[in-house]
Amino acid sequence: MTSEKLKELKERALKVREHIVRLSTGGGCFTGASLSCADLIVFLYSGFLNISKERLDDPTRDYLLLSKGHDVPALYGMFVEIGWMEKSRLDNHLKSNDHIYWHPNRNVPGIEFHSGSLGHLPAVSLGIAMDCKMRGTNNRVIVITGDGELDEGSVWETLHVASAYKMNNFTLVVDRNHFQANMRTEDLIPLEPLEDKFRAFGCEVKRINGHDFEQLEETFFQLPFSNTKPSVIIADTVRGKGLPSIQERADRWFCNFTGDEVDSLLKELHGENETILTSETLIVR
Amino acid sequence: MNYQELIKQTALADERFVVMTAENRAVIRDLPAILGPRFIDTGITEQNMIGMAAGLALRGRIPVCHALATFLIYRAYEFVRSDVGIGKLPVKLSSWIAGFLSDGNGPTHQAIEDVALMRTIPGMTVFCPADEQDMLAMLPEIWASPYPAYVRLNTRPGVIEHAPFKTGKAEIISEGEDVTLLVYGMLFEQAYKAKEILEEQGLKVGLINMRSLKPVDEDAILKVAANSKLLVTIEDHFLTGGLYSIMAEIFLKNRTTANVLPFALNERWFRPGLLSEVLTYEGFTGAQIAAKVSEKIKEDGVAQSKPSLMTAHN
Repeated sequence: MTSEKLKELKERALKVREHIVRLSTGGGCFTGASLSCADLIVFLYSGFLNISKERLDDPTRDYLLLSKGHDVPALYGMFVEIGWMEKSRLDNHLKSNDHIYWHPNRNVPGIEFHSGSLGHLPAVSLGIAMDCKMRGTNNRVIVITGDGELDEGSVWETLHVASAYKMNNFTLVVDRNHFQANMRTEDLIPLEPLEDKFRAFGCEVKRINGHDFEQLEETFFQLPFSNTKPSVIIADTVRGKGLPSIQERADRWFCNFTGDEVDSLLKELHGENETILTSETLIVR
Repeated sequence: MNYQELIKQTALADERFVVMTAENRAVIRDLPAILGPRFIDTGITEQNMIGMAAGLALRGRIPVCHALATFLIYRAYEFVRSDVGIGKLPVKLSSWIAGFLSDGNGPTHQAIEDVALMRTIPGMTVFCPADEQDMLAMLPEIWASPYPAYVRLNTRPGVIEHAPFKTGKAEIISEGEDVTLLVYGMLFEQAYKAKEILEEQGLKVGLINMRSLKPVDEDAILKVAANSKLLVTIEDHFLTGGLYSIMAEIFLKNRTTANVLPFALNERWFRPGLLSEVLTYEGFTGAQIAAKVSEKIKEDGVAQSKPSLMTAHN
């Protein structure tokens, strides 16, 4: 990766994180999970995915589906940065005159399918991938899941079937931020050794640092990892990445900051002091 | 012509059709060789199959999904609701052995709340053919529609030649001022027998094959409510949420009511056994239905407009 490209991606990621922080007030959103996958989203829409604003309906486009839908602020932010969405539309967050809310939906151009209920979009993505194969198009179908989401049996059903049908155009990416809603995944239903589990389901697996653009580039451009297997990328990430004051805090899953906190957190993103948070802690939403 | 032949012809003529199954091949056994990659068996993964069907539909396909009724729509209910329903996708659900057709399987296999559950999903359409010929008359329009659809498959032989099908229209077999029997699915045959018995008793008997439960033929129901002294609903379904409930909703909406005798399962599953055993034990044979109806008509004659709510074996 050239240093210019790296600089561009980092700048973009910072802007996306700013959008996420701005969406985390006036009702709030799932800030921590959005920040953990922000770099992944930025990387995918900065030249990796074969898709553009003019080709959102092109049947040969690549597909990205967010199965852990509560991270959609990262997508809204990225869509603004790449000009797919007017920035002013973010002001409509949680307003009934628009469709910008806590989970993705198809009223936002570029969003392929709605989600919110965990464990659904691996199956939907597999259906898409299967049609792409039938038509002989070379689309890549990528679905991002959470790690807590892997508790859902339907994810494993889908991998089982994807593997049986040798779906090499299907890639599942885990935003492995090590948290589910209220606690660390390993403190509840431990997921590790995760690579072994995916391998046992017939997938080719790579594990990377999900905040390292060079690793993201090196890994994604190797897809498919196998010609006869589905691919899985475990992207190790940090929940709340970029904001030390909420990073890896179990009680800062859903955040609804005050206006002053947002101002301070925006500075924190740029390396200034940690914010002293006084807003209500919402453990479950 | 049978179900497999129809789906084969449909799929060969229109490449949008894909045939899916969660490892239930009862009525589509010969299709893998004919449809190749457009035949997708997902193994015993109903929720995954429905999610995949949604994905295929997003790409312009019309998936026709097969599994036993309870697993197709109960095991996978949230996928039907959230992926197909919210997505308003043209996924067609072909359910096998719904209602009494699960005969000896037991309560795990008794889909007798399928109409109730499916009709709550916005945009979902619901159909229950009387027999194989009725089903073959109905499916082309159901599959051609842009809406998701739930169909209780029924491959049993028919007792009459059915009229052409139109979505939202019931098939009026006969009209009668003494009593009208309203039925859907495999119980049509028993309702038809009950009609013959009651007619032998000199009664004027109406018979309606509902066919389309959602959208439902509101006009036909209101018309018989106005013209018939007694309405009889006959369904292998819970009393809650099926035809009896649908009619109650229609009557309330239209500020009217009717004298209704329901045959349904009230708050319980049915006793499993061979189909003929089930029908007799549960009181759903034509003769048993006719006997109860004629008893009810006599009671009504004695105590005119006394309200009544009666179910088989409750």
